[in-house]
This record gives sequence, structure tokens and C-alpha cells, in this order.
Amino acid sequence: MKCNGGSPGDCFRAVGEKGTIKMKKSIFTILSNRKLAKNTYEMVLKGDVSAIKRPGQFINIALDGFYLRRPISVCDWDKDSATIIYKVVGKGTEYMSKLSEGAELEVLSGLGNGYDTEESGVNPLLIGGGSGIPPLYALAKELIAQGKKPTVILGFNSKDEVFYKDEFSALGARVLITTADGSLGIKGFATDAFESAGDYTYTYACGPEPMLKAVYNTSVTDGQYSFEQRMGCGFGACMGCVCRTKYGYKRICREGPVLVKEEIVW
Amino acid sequence: MVDTRVNLSGVILSNPIIPASGTFGFGYEFAEIYDINILGSISIKGTTRELRFGNEQPRIAETPCGMLNAIGLQNPGIDKVISEELPKLRKVFKKPIIANISGFSIDEYVYCCELIGKEEQVEIIEVNISCPNVKEGGMSFGTLPENAAEVTRAVKAVAKKPVYMKLSPNVRDIAEIAAACEEAGADGISLINTLTGMRINLNNMKPVLNNITGGLSGPAVFPVALRMVWEVYEAVSIPIIGMGGVSTAEDVIEMMLAGATAVSVGAANIKDPYASKNIVESLPDLMNKLGINKLEDIIGGAH
Ligand SMILES: Cc1cc2nc3c(=O)[nH]c(=O)nc-3n(C[C@H](O)[C@H](O)[C@H](O)COP(=O)(O)OP(=O)(O)OC[C@H]3O[C@@H](n4cnc5c(N)ncnc54)[C@H](O)[C@@H]3O)c2cc1C
Ligand SMILES: Cc1cc2nc3c(=O)[nH]c(=O)nc-3n(C[C@H](O)[C@H](O)[C@H](O)COP(=O)(O)O)c2cc1C
Ligand code: FES
Repeated sequence: MKCNGGSPGDCFRAVGEKGTIKMKKSIFTILSNRKLAKNTYEMVLKGDVSAIKRPGQFINIALDGFYLRRPISVCDWDKDSATIIYKVVGKGTEYMSKLSEGAELEVLSGLGNGYDTEESGVNPLLIGGGSGIPPLYALAKELIAQGKKPTVILGFNSKDEVFYKDEFSALGARVLITTADGSLGIKGFATDAFESAGDYTYTYACGPEPMLKAVYNTSVTDGQYSFEQRMGCGFGACMGCVCRTKYGYKRICREGPVLVKEEIVW
Repeated sequence: MVDTRVNLSGVILSNPIIPASGTFGFGYEFAEIYDINILGSISIKGTTRELRFGNEQPRIAETPCGMLNAIGLQNPGIDKVISEELPKLRKVFKKPIIANISGFSIDEYVYCCELIGKEEQVEIIEVNISCPNVKEGGMSFGTLPENAAEVTRAVKAVAKKPVYMKLSPNVRDIAEIAAACEEAGADGISLINTLTGMRINLNNMKPVLNNITGGLSGPAVFPVALRMVWEVYEAVSIPIIGMGGVSTAEDVIEMMLAGATAVSVGAANIKDPYASKNIVESLPDLMNKLGINKLEDIIGGAH
């Protein structure tokens, strides 16, 4: 990703100006909604995915009875469907977990900047923690399609939360699992697998902020880090999600959620 | 053909729908998804003299039938608004623009109103003396009639465009404050800004918002806003921009019957980026259904 320079006061640069981001509002139909692991569900949605351009983008889902939408990363997409993976953490995601096949959801798609695969080099390292793992799936897929050889570290709390281990392997990625309690793979946090990962050319990360920070401190390469923030609109109108970066204030929903390492301010 | 035009202090809007300040960015984001020229006007994000980050995260919380925000007037500062944001909006929007101004001192209000009033396409200045999300200034100017009148007099002395004072609902008697603004020379009144509220997160038993409190808006506040527009209409004879929880064309008609000349749509844009468009497009049908030919005729009609 090119960060277009600028001064700290240089705020509100819209990615949309580059012509890459254009959101779309449409109705998606649930093709499947299944439990993958403890509190974790995978939902496949059929509908117009034309606004989804890059791994790391998200969709914003309207739910009956909830005023604000729920932002969820796109895990994968093809010509007429998109897959999301979500963790039940509150009322909204609990409601989602109870929806059945055939139900319709009103969705804003094509949100956020997403990951850029240009600067990854041949051996990028992808690190995901818990519900931050989903967007790395489409990213790994794209990198592999470009002939690159990604290593993926998937961090969980324990074995019963593990998901998509085989799916990542099936793409052809090298997969390392860490669990905090040691019930599967390497015992510890995602960063404890760096040694086993060996040499890498670039770093992509998505997960809870403490994990992102640990990766930031451990990684020796440039990289891209995806952040979460409480959102109002999810498309750049309300300034609800803004964070500070070295290149000015950025809306996580629009100039993010992916920030390049050099611009991150903790 | 029904006539949806309304007149705000000589500024004719093709219809009364105005996306509310802070819920529509600087407008051009929405031009990506629909032709925003169908709107009556746009009230741009509240602008201060200096660049502001606003409050720390998190600054959004969900509520039943609405939301709390504690943005804290994040904006790029008046110079950038004039040199960058307005030109971008101008490229895609040919209608009158309402500039929303905030300040932490009378000097700051005066400075901003004088500068922004020189911009050709800015046809109305909305002076926010009601922001509940900043520690000092903001709302404190809007809670006492004499302070509200003082800001009004000061900005009226320099503003080259009609001045609408935007009032806080977090007061004892909003009509009294509106009347003080009118007497001090205000051209119109905008109301309401958000109602102060809060939420607590049960996972950590702490307030959800870093700022502790935030401003409530959305359908939850509509009846309160409507009542206040009603009261202000009784107290003043200058035009009112009514807002607070408006989500449908029906809500717009109610607001106008209570006394609003034009109507701002806020949180509804955040929930659904097409909300303002949908309201504009359903207004003529609703007017036909209700037997309204000229929208202006119904202003204050319920009194
Ligand atoms: C860009 C982005 C991508 C995301 N991708 C995923 C994903 O792929 N899988 C996944 O499981 N989760 C993801 N999340 C987090 C997900 O949005 C929240 O877990 C979800 O909104 C919680 O809703 P709730 O009603 O269950 O929780 P509640 O706590 O009841 O929600 C209350 C309010 O807080 C908001 N909220 C709560 N937690 C978060 C959070 N962590 N981030 C942002 N808003 C929050 C909700 O949207 C809602 O408005 C993502 C968040 C963002 C910002
Ligand atoms: C996220 C957000 C930001 C806002 N920012 C401003 C602002 O900068 N200036 C202002 O005068 N009002 C601001 N408001 C208040 C709205 O313009 C409006 O008065 C209020 O939200 C009530 O209308 P609603 O219920 O339709 O949202 C903001 C409201 C929201 C939700
Ligand atoms: S959530 Fe509204 S600007 Fe990002």
C-alpha cells in the first residue's frame, strides 16, 4: 500500500478519491450459517458482491431490532457470494447466530481499504488472532494466486476455538497454530510462533489490539495491520471511528481498517 | 405536481430536507452513491477555528432506537474546510450549503462565521451553541438565554449570511433561549442538538464511551424534538429548522406541522446512507395522499 505522505494535520483523505472504493447497499440471502468452533460461526451470503475488491474489506450488516449495523470482515468471496466468520460476543452477533438459511440481510458492501498485496515479497507472514483471522483467508488466497508462499500464524485461546486450520492448509499456505493454553500447536501467543515461521518478507496482521501491538514489536519487516473500532456509519460520514496516525487522522472505516506499519501510532 | 419548496430567510430550498451536521461528513462521500443534488441543502460537519481530533475512542454507542455519539467536534479546522472540503463538495453539489460553526469563545465563533460567510455557496450559517460533547464552550453558550444572545449579537455583527442558532435540548426552557436569540438578531433557529445520555458496558462495568456521556439521537428523541419545535414556534416568528429523530417523510410532515420550515435528518443517514434520499423521494407521494399541494402551507399548521 502506498501511504500518500502528508503532514499530521492532513486528515480525512478519502480512499474513494483513488476510485477504488465504492460501497453498495443490497440484500443478501443466507445460504448457510453454521457453527465452526466455540462461539464462532461461518455465514455464506448470496448477493451482489461487485463492490468487494480487496481482502481486508468489510461489510456492514443491518439487523432487525438493532439501530446500528454490525461491521464484519469479508473472509472470502466469489462471483455471487461472500463468506463471513463471526464470534458471538453480544446481542447482535447472538441474533446473527440464530438466523437460518434463506433469511435476508440488508448489507453495505465494499467498505474499507483492504490489504494491498503488491509489496508482500515472496514469503509474507500472516498473523491472525481469534475473530481477526477471517480476512486473512482471502488475503492468503490472493497471495497464493500471485505465486507467493505465505506462512500463516493462527492464534487462539484454546483448541475448542480453532477454526479454518484445514481451509488455510488447503489453499497451500503453511499454517502454524498457537493456543494460549497449549491445547493445540505452539503454547502461547501468536508472536510465540515467529521463531518457527522462519524468514519472511512482509507482515500482515489482524486481531485484537494487544496482539497487533505485539506483532508490531516483534516483526522485523514492513507490514499492514488491520484495526477495529466502534463504528457509527461504517462509510466515512460520522467521524465515529477516527484514530491518530503519523499521517494525520484516519477513519478506520474508510482510510482503514488496514494501516501500514510506519504510520501506526499506539 | 406538488410544490415542495420552502424559504429559509430568503434562501429557497427545492425541498425541506437537509442532512444534519455531523451525520453527512462534508457531503461528497454520499455523492458516490446517489445524486445529492436532490437534497434541499446540506449542513456540513461542525467547524472550529483549529483542527480538532475530538474525544478519545470509543465515541459511538448503540441505544434502543438510536445512538449516542461523543465525537467531540472532530474537524480539520476552518482553513482546511474552506480550502479543501468545500471545493470537493462544490464539485458535486450545486445547491445552497449550510455551514455549521462551533467555538470555545465568542471570538472563535466570530472568526469562523466571518470567514465562512465569505464563501459563495454557503448561504446559511448554523451556529452550534449546543454541542454536549466538549468539556468547555459549546453547550455552555446555549444553556443560558443571555449567553446565547451574546453569541448571536457577536456573529450577526460580522456574518454576511443569514444566521441560524442551533439550540441544545439539555435546558430548562428552550423557548426562552430561542426568544433571546431572536431578540439578539438571529435569522432563524435550528433545533434540537442531541440529548445528553450514557451507557455502561456490562463486561467491564465501565461507561461505554470514553467521554462517559454522549449525545442521544435517532428515533428515540423524535417526540422530544417535536415538542420543542412546537414550543419554539410559539415563542418566535423567525424560521425554524427542525430536527431530532426524523427518519421518514411522515416525520418531516409532523415537524413542519409543529412549526419547522425545513427539516434536518441526522442519525438516519448513519443507519442508512440512502435515508435522506428516500425521504426526499417519498415526500411528493405522501403530500398527494394527505392532500397537501404546497408544503409551505402546512408550517405550524397543527397549532
Ligand atoms: C472493520 C471491522 C471488521 C470486523 N470483522 C469481524 C469479523 O470478521 N469477525 C468477528 O467476529 N468480528 C468482527 N468485528 C467485530 C464485530 O463488529 C463486533 O464483534 C460486533 O459488532 C459485536 O456486536 P454485538 O452486537 O454482538 O456486540 P455488542 O457489544 O452488544 O454491540 C454493541 C455495539 O458495539 C459495537 N461493537 C462491539 N464490539 C465491537 C468491536 N470489537 N468492534 C467494533 N464494534 C463493536 C457493535 O457493533 C454495536 O454497535 C469487526 C469489527 C470491525 C470494526
Ligand atoms: C455522529 C454525530 C455528529 C454530530 N455532529 C454535530 C456537529 O458537528 N454539529 C452540530 O451542530 N450537530 C451535530 N450533531 C447533531 C445533529 O446535527 C442533530 O442535531 C442531532 O443528531 C439530532 O438529529 P437526529 O436525531 O436526526 O440525529 C451530530 C450528531 C451525530 C449523531
Ligand atoms: S464509522 Fe462513521 S466515519 Fe467511520
